[in-house]
Amino acid sequence: MLSKSQARTFFLGGTVVTFLIFIGLTVYSMAPSNDQSNHLNITEQVIKGKHLWETNNCMGCHTILGEGGYYAPELTKVIDRRGAPLIKAILQSPVPWAPNGRKMVAYEMSNEDADAVIEYLKWIGEIDLNGFDRVVSPLAKDKLKD
Amino acid sequence: MKFKSQQVAYWFFALCMLLFALQIIYGFIMGFARIGMDGLHDWIPFNTARAVHTNLLVVWLLTGFMGAAYYIIPEEAQRELVSVKLAYVQLISLAVVGVLAITGYHFNIWEGRKFLEIPRELDYLVVINVLLFLGIILATLFKGKRQTTTALVLTMGLVFAALLYLPGMIWFDSQVTDSFFRWWVVHLWVEGVWELIMGGILAFLLIKLTGVDREVIEKWLYVIVGLTFLSGILGTGHHYYYIGVNKIWLVVGGVFSALEPLAFLAMALFAVYMYRKGEKSHPNKIALFWTIGASIVSFIGAGLLGFAHTLPQTNIFTHGTLVTAMHGHYAFWGAYAMIVLAIISYSLPNITGRKRHDNTNGHLAFWLSNIGMLGMVVALGVAGVVQVYLERRLGMDFMIAQEEAKIHFVVMLLCATLFTTGIILYIYEFIKYGKPSDEALTKKDETVLVS
Repeated sequence: MLSKSQARTFFLGGTVVTFLIFIGLTVYSMAPSNDQSNHLNITEQVIKGKHLWETNNCMGCHTILGEGGYYAPELTKVIDRRGAPLIKAILQSPVPWAPNGRKMVAYEMSNEDADAVIEYLKWIGEIDLNGFDRVVSPLAKDKLKD
Repeated sequence: MKFKSQQVAYWFFALCMLLFALQIIYGFIMGFARIGMDGLHDWIPFNTARAVHTNLLVVWLLTGFMGAAYYIIPEEAQRELVSVKLAYVQLISLAVVGVLAITGYHFNIWEGRKFLEIPRELDYLVVINVLLFLGIILATLFKGKRQTTTALVLTMGLVFAALLYLPGMIWFDSQVTDSFFRWWVVHLWVEGVWELIMGGILAFLLIKLTGVDREVIEKWLYVIVGLTFLSGILGTGHHYYYIGVNKIWLVVGGVFSALEPLAFLAMALFAVYMYRKGEKSHPNKIALFWTIGASIVSFIGAGLLGFAHTLPQTNIFTHGTLVTAMHGHYAFWGAYAMIVLAIISYSLPNITGRKRHDNTNGHLAFWLSNIGMLGMVVALGVAGVVQVYLERRLGMDFMIAQEEAKIHFVVMLLCATLFTTGIILYIYEFIKYGKPSDEALTKKDETVLVS
């Protein structure tokens, strides 16, 4: 029968081994040769867009890369689906955008800020998501071509 | 109750009740918004309600864990807390940080990173607060007469939870890297170190409620937390399938996520077996219901429902849908909310000296909240499947699919009302117990175990 010290060894040993494998896999997937996110294309504007995305808690309603609030549409391929001009108009609108009655906060963004958010969304749209991008945005242009 | 300083726990539990009640109110705001009744939009838009709802959940559970530690550690270490005054300072500062954060969410001051919305300036205050808490707990534990496995596992869970908060404080330019390390906090908390805390509290409660030998319970506690880390650490990979990182996580995450229910199954079997093995019966039946209930519901909510949508082949359709919300509700409820409610139910009679063990309100609170939550989870699950099918399989527009799923939120709100009735009864009972009493110090809990 298992003794308490054997049980402790199982816990400590298992934890250390799996944690070391986890760190190894993290280093592996973060290596530049395994980059799927076009990291080199992250410009100052994209960084500013990400900052605006976070400071307005867009993820509180929308999802991006499949993560967020499930209250408003997934925005991973939104530039493809809707086009930049419409998105810019929504970001700059002084009244809440409300498709089917579901309201979005009216952010009244400046030209500069709205452009930064669009650049950020464009960069997001180019990420290789292991096939998810084609499932999550069935109306995206690249899907419609097939 | 043996030590006067254990009374500190009462005030942490009282804060828990307050925050839990607020969390439910914000949940209703979200539910009504989903069926088109969003009259509060100008003051509390959905993203505010959601950030408050999820952050209050995290804070009330952490407050509950802290209260549990302040109750359990003195009893396990066989000594008073090293400083009661500092414990109260920690409680008040925790409440102040919470109020500041939640007020900020109503004025667009936040960080928009799911579950980690607290602005980084406040993160530093959180770190100081948690360091103070850990200082009190560790000093008490190591100055104590004994260091039990239960106390060590509980403390280890709390220390790791604090350490894992740090990766969430690093700024990354890339959304992908940001998301990758955000899961180090969120996943490794809820599917890793929080399970250590849950295991520690569960072991303490089983020792007290069943009278089974401590050595037997603690041996199996090691096996359970061993299984938790063995599957949970690499199981983090299920969050990495489709966020823009290497395909290797599809394999690693898929295999180890499939093993994650084992830890919860072991926990459920462990609790039920120890209850059956126990030769003594504790009069606090309500605490026993919550304890065994937590182990079983966590297996269904966190284990089975988690497994149901973390296979890569399924997750490609369910990732980022209401299916996640379905799993999230039952997992948090079973694994963490119920275990906090269990330790509160167990400790209240001992802290206040009033043995309101086995009353109708207490049982009603248990059943109404559990049936209500199950109904909410089913409604969310159906809404999730509708969303997946219409939006992801048939390619319908997001809002058209949402309109079709609306009716399921009406059902969810009805079930949420049932759930809330149960929680109101629980809070009513909490208030009826009254405040801590020094008379309770003379009453030994162990003597109430009857053969």
